[in-house]
Amino acid sequence: MITTTPDFTATPRIDQVGVEERASRFTKRSIKDETKLNGLKLALNMIDLTTLEGKDTDGKVKQMCYKAMHLHDAYPGLPTVAAICVYPSMVAVAKKALGDSGIKVASVATAFPSGQSTRDVKLRDTKYAINQGADEIDMVISRGKFHQGEYNFVFDEIASIKEACGDARLKVILETGELGTYDKVRKASDIAMYAGADFIKTSTGKIQPAATMPVTLVMLEAIRDFYYKTGKKIAMKPAGGISKAKQALHYLVMLNEVLGEDWMNNEWFRFGASSLANDILMQLMKQKTGLYQSGDYFAND
Amino acid sequence: MSTKRVTVLKTYKIYIGGQFPRTESGRYYVASNPKGEHLANMCLCSRKDVRDAIGTARGAFGGWSARAAFNRGQILYRIAEMLEGRKAQFIEELMLQGSSKVAAEKEITLSIDRLIYYSGWCDKYQQIFSSVNPVASSHFNFSALEPMGVVTIVAPQQSSLIGLVSVMAPVIAGGNTCVILASETKPLCAVTFAEVLNSSDLPGGVVNILTGKVSELLSHLSNHMDVNAVCFSESDTSSIKMVKENAALNVKRTAFYENEKWMNENTQSPYFINDFQEVKTTWHPIENIGGAKSGY
Repeated sequence: MITTTPDFTATPRIDQVGVEERASRFTKRSIKDETKLNGLKLALNMIDLTTLEGKDTDGKVKQMCYKAMHLHDAYPGLPTVAAICVYPSMVAVAKKALGDSGIKVASVATAFPSGQSTRDVKLRDTKYAINQGADEIDMVISRGKFHQGEYNFVFDEIASIKEACGDARLKVILETGELGTYDKVRKASDIAMYAGADFIKTSTGKIQPAATMPVTLVMLEAIRDFYYKTGKKIAMKPAGGISKAKQALHYLVMLNEVLGEDWMNNEWFRFGASSLANDILMQLMKQKTGLYQSGDYFAND
Repeated sequence: MSTKRVTVLKTYKIYIGGQFPRTESGRYYVASNPKGEHLANMCLCSRKDVRDAIGTARGAFGGWSARAAFNRGQILYRIAEMLEGRKAQFIEELMLQGSSKVAAEKEITLSIDRLIYYSGWCDKYQQIFSSVNPVASSHFNFSALEPMGVVTIVAPQQSSLIGLVSVMAPVIAGGNTCVILASETKPLCAVTFAEVLNSSDLPGGVVNILTGKVSELLSHLSNHMDVNAVCFSESDTSSIKMVKENAALNVKRTAFYENEKWMNENTQSPYFINDFQEVKTTWHPIENIGGAKSGY
């Protein structure tokens, strides 16, 4: 049980050089064919297939849901993705299209992506998404308040959204590209986890840089420390900028070496991505046929 | 005290995406001339170099094919200008590889002229190969050419420069991007030509040049699913058979130039451009065919 909330002004400092060096080493592991094949299928099963655009239509969301269920019918026995991720107004459409496939619907909320709105609007945004049937909520933190040092404000906001979520799992987006330093990423991770986040997530995908290996490593270590202190597991979701199968494998190597096998499934780890799925599919087909593949033969969405 | 200066030798590398990396394989082979003299250590490219180059060519295709035909012509002309300026270097390399001075001079001037020739065709081949087709319904029916996409090319092995230029120019003039495997025994000019391309206005990735063994790379150049056409400039029947079989995997276009005499001034024509073009025919409805007052 969590008894006390720590002093967030005193979170651990991060050794930038050390983190970047360690993160780069995860990319140099030799992965043999059979492991690669399993890793690719696992990564596919961890994807939150995402569309978060102003131009999203019902048709586009339906088509993406179909893709989520039928990743590549020419390759029998593939897993599905973990979830699809949409705006609140598209939740009902997605929910209906996915039916009883077991694929979850995640919805962004809380004035995504900037989070510049009132608490009341954010809570209503969240409740709307829940009422529409969202299984998971992806919220953004108030980065402006965070930079002003108002950590209690950020903490309370996350806690109140968590309350509004009910049974839905809450992903807290730190938007690491706007936080600036690893120290701040660590601090924001701690605040989110103590405030009740089920997932911590790197980015909205709207800001560059999005997910990077070092930032994800800092967050994974925060999860590990939190687990040792409280016994509670928190899930991780890097999002944005992961578009290649090889990168996905690097993240899985890092996950395995930092948090271990308990986290190696889609309950505890997700990739927020849109084009990653096709690259993994192309790699799987390459392994199967021995031929390098072309995007021409894979559905765009 | 004076010391004798050691000549700085050039490292011949490959050309991918407007850059000059070494082969990822870390393998090299020795290029020597007919006298058996060691000329250079060349990159012995691998399957993964081919993969990287094809990926790069695919990335460059959108931008290159979308350029105005006239602009492609300007860029081909610019390549010719750059080549003219470095004539002496090419003559020297051709002679190192065993050409006589006269033959080397002829080869370089012909190469420059051939680039100018195809430069001129860039905005003209469309007119001679496109057509308006007579149809017996109220449609305006026309056929126009579109570039195939990514073309892999095995350059003529007996020729160092003119062969390479002759097969490359029509491919890029038509808006395609390409990956070229240079002559295995005479590769020097191919790499130096890449430097010319790099200092002209050609966007990186439109032309990628690899060096290595045809026997090792031909299958990878022809079975990649993201390749749209294969150009093979040798007459070896078993290789041709393999290219045809691999091309059938995803219906790639093939072009075999078995006995072309590239040094012949007539071995150039818009039909070489046409070899790497797809015909797109459009049926455009019109209200009243008689109203058009025309023969079709």
